[in-house]
Amino acid sequence: MIADFAWIRPEPHGIHVVPADCWIDPSQAVANALVTHGHADHARGGHGRTVATPETLAIMELRYQTREGALPVRYGETIRLPGEVDVTYVPAGHVLGSAQIVLEHAGERVVVTGDYKRRPDPTCPPFEVVPCDVFITEATFGLPVFCHPPIETEIAKLLKARADHLDRCVLVGAYALGKAQRLIAELRRAGHHDVIWLHGAMERMCRLYEEWGVGLGELRLVTDATKDELRGAIVVCPPSALNDRWSRRLPDPITAMASGWMRVRQRARQRNVELPLVISDHADWGELTRTIEEVNPSESWITHGREEALLRWCQLHQRRARALALVGYEDEDD
Amino acid sequence: MEKFAALVDALVYTRSRNGKLQLIADYLRSTPDPDRGWALAALTEGLSFPAVKPGPIRNLMMERVDPVLFALSRDFVGDTAETVSLLWPAPDTDGKTPPTVSEAVDLLRHMTRNSVMRELPDLLDRLHPEGRYALLKLATGAMRVGISARLAKTAFAQAFEVSVEDVEEYWHALAPPYADLFAWAAEGADPPDTSDRPLFRPFMLAHPLEDTVLDLDDYVAEWKWDGIRVQVVHAGGETRLYSRTGDDVTGSFPEMSDALDLPAVLDGELLVRGAHQGGEAGGAASFNALQQRLGRKTVSKTMLAEFPAFVRLYDVLLLEGEDLRDLPWHERRGRLEALMPRLPSNRFDLSPVVDADHFGDLAEIRASARDDAIEGLMLKRRDSPYVAGRRTGLWYKWKRDPLLVDCVLMYAQRGSGKRSSFYSDYTFGCWDGDPDGGAELLPVGKAYFGFTDEELRELDRYVRNHTVNRFGPVRETDKSLVFEVAFDSVHESKRHKSGLAMRFPRISRIRWDKPAHEADRIEALRALVRD
Repeated sequence: MIADFAWIRPEPHGIHVVPADCWIDPSQAVANALVTHGHADHARGGHGRTVATPETLAIMELRYQTREGALPVRYGETIRLPGEVDVTYVPAGHVLGSAQIVLEHAGERVVVTGDYKRRPDPTCPPFEVVPCDVFITEATFGLPVFCHPPIETEIAKLLKARADHLDRCVLVGAYALGKAQRLIAELRRAGHHDVIWLHGAMERMCRLYEEWGVGLGELRLVTDATKDELRGAIVVCPPSALNDRWSRRLPDPITAMASGWMRVRQRARQRNVELPLVISDHADWGELTRTIEEVNPSESWITHGREEALLRWCQLHQRRARALALVGYEDEDD
Repeated sequence: MEKFAALVDALVYTRSRNGKLQLIADYLRSTPDPDRGWALAALTEGLSFPAVKPGPIRNLMMERVDPVLFALSRDFVGDTAETVSLLWPAPDTDGKTPPTVSEAVDLLRHMTRNSVMRELPDLLDRLHPEGRYALLKLATGAMRVGISARLAKTAFAQAFEVSVEDVEEYWHALAPPYADLFAWAAEGADPPDTSDRPLFRPFMLAHPLEDTVLDLDDYVAEWKWDGIRVQVVHAGGETRLYSRTGDDVTGSFPEMSDALDLPAVLDGELLVRGAHQGGEAGGAASFNALQQRLGRKTVSKTMLAEFPAFVRLYDVLLLEGEDLRDLPWHERRGRLEALMPRLPSNRFDLSPVVDADHFGDLAEIRASARDDAIEGLMLKRRDSPYVAGRRTGLWYKWKRDPLLVDCVLMYAQRGSGKRSSFYSDYTFGCWDGDPDGGAELLPVGKAYFGFTDEELRELDRYVRNHTVNRFGPVRETDKSLVFEVAFDSVHESKRHKSGLAMRFPRISRIRWDKPAHEADRIEALRALVRD
């Protein structure tokens, strides 16, 4: 019965934890916010008080230039909110600082995944399965066509494109928070130790990752490079800069994009991508469904993404589920 | 198959024409026969497997995946072959060897409607997603990798340094996998023998005239007839009728199959006579009448009697063993005029030359032409040889083509009269930037015709099911449906927020298949402004 969980309410602009008067990832400014991770569609500025992991708070400070009302909670630490709600932050494996929020009240446990993935990521600790009553899961890649290949094969594709065209450069569009750093860390892991060149918008976030102990090797800014220095180089920029005037300074770039959407050809073509790299920081279909099985909740609430298909899967597997109509979550660039 | 699949994917992601030519040429040079011939056939859409159709493929998929999940996936991906390639369950056992292209073609050819459900899965199980995609595209005959048959032939010519005209000439004498074509181009064997066979020869085509002004001392004007451009070929005792794409359409027009009994290749317009047209008994009827005859497997006697076909001749390419194509137009015309008395007059007539002293007179002549079967004018250089394809400066067509743009339905209003109660007046818009980057739709025009009554009912249902807002009588839709809109011209206008207004807009096609974010942007429309 939904009524059993009356203390937690999905509203259009976020999930309301009623007894504590707190909102999870609200899309508008509120008095008390619990934030899962630093992506702009989850972490907005202007809240009275913001509870998040120290890493997420650092990311938010970088973006919104304020630490006012910040209340850090480390992974595994439990805090008690007014109204007798206990809150624990558990790794979600999505980006640096990303967490699932575990809420306990009146003997019931609710887990809000935020965005998550199950694949290993050198930039953040892995997702942990927390058994619960209500599992509020994302569904960004909630269609059975989405099956992310191992990242090693995608990194190999990137390195091969670079090696095959040493007179050009490979320009990779990647989300400035998370995807870019994971891509760089994976390139390093694959033995690529040359300078990696950055679009200016990437710099501060990469520095922040390094301050939090994620080594990214030698990074330099494209603005400081000559065209010849960029031949045979890998350049990382935000997806929005891929077809921008900015890229004209590069030597005949091969346009690549690191995103789970690249699994679908038309998506890649729409963005004029020549080298699609299927690299995602979200769970694919297999991970979404396996995670529901492992968490084994008495009901699943499905949000932001292709709710319909995951809802159907739950029905087919006799699992109680409902789709939430939350607004403001978009992940076009993942 | 893996190498072909890699080629297909590379073509999907490569934007430049030269890049595509290079990819195909490399593939053709480095791949053995007969794989490369089958691949070439697939790229030129020359393959068809009667038993392997989208229907059975969908059914196979739905035996393996929940139909609702399949439908949602298909909906998102936008392509059945790609959806199936992604959803197909990974085979249990590794170590299965992927088929070569020719092995795959061989298996596909031998599938029947019964065996396809058993044999196609075996084939799909031997491939990775990319291979499955390429296989399904090859099998269903629509590659859609952004290349035309002409581009593939050009790539073939580049790969082996032969002329594309020669490739076109021999192409139709051969069938996939084109072993003789490769032997000739790649290994210097003798070219295929084309004499004494009723073969299709590539058509000479025209460029639109645009704003060019021509000197009638150099160019001659002819009517452009609104029928089907055809080639009538007689060789080796057999007559064939070919459409512009080289398809044999003799079966649809059996009355033409014994109309020619001397060896020749003639270029003309296929028309039907409609006694009720234009008052002149036996004149050419409109294209509508011709449509009655199209796409029929069997032609009834009534059809033959009511809409008899004939060919209005423009040109002669080959005549009694002589290739006339290198002669100037006026010499070929002389030969054609001399030939006319030898042809049956109920099946052939001659497209007359349009007399005009000055180019300026032609506009008036064109505008005053009342004949339903006239589509416009052709202007041909008097000294032009007959060459395959479109060659700049030789032939021009001068018709008022409508302009086309893809718009998204934004608002609908009910019509009046016969259409009252139906939502039949549509306001549509184009994107003001990148739709994936948060662009908005701005209205660019309004149209209330161009669709059939059946389509109107579908559109009405669509509007009712996709309403997100109401403003009095106006419904705002969820902006998910694309119209191909035809219009005569577009002008700057302060009336619309887009700053543009179309003249005479009408719905040319309803693109149920096209996602809204693929509709055109305002800039595309603005580029068509002429004043």
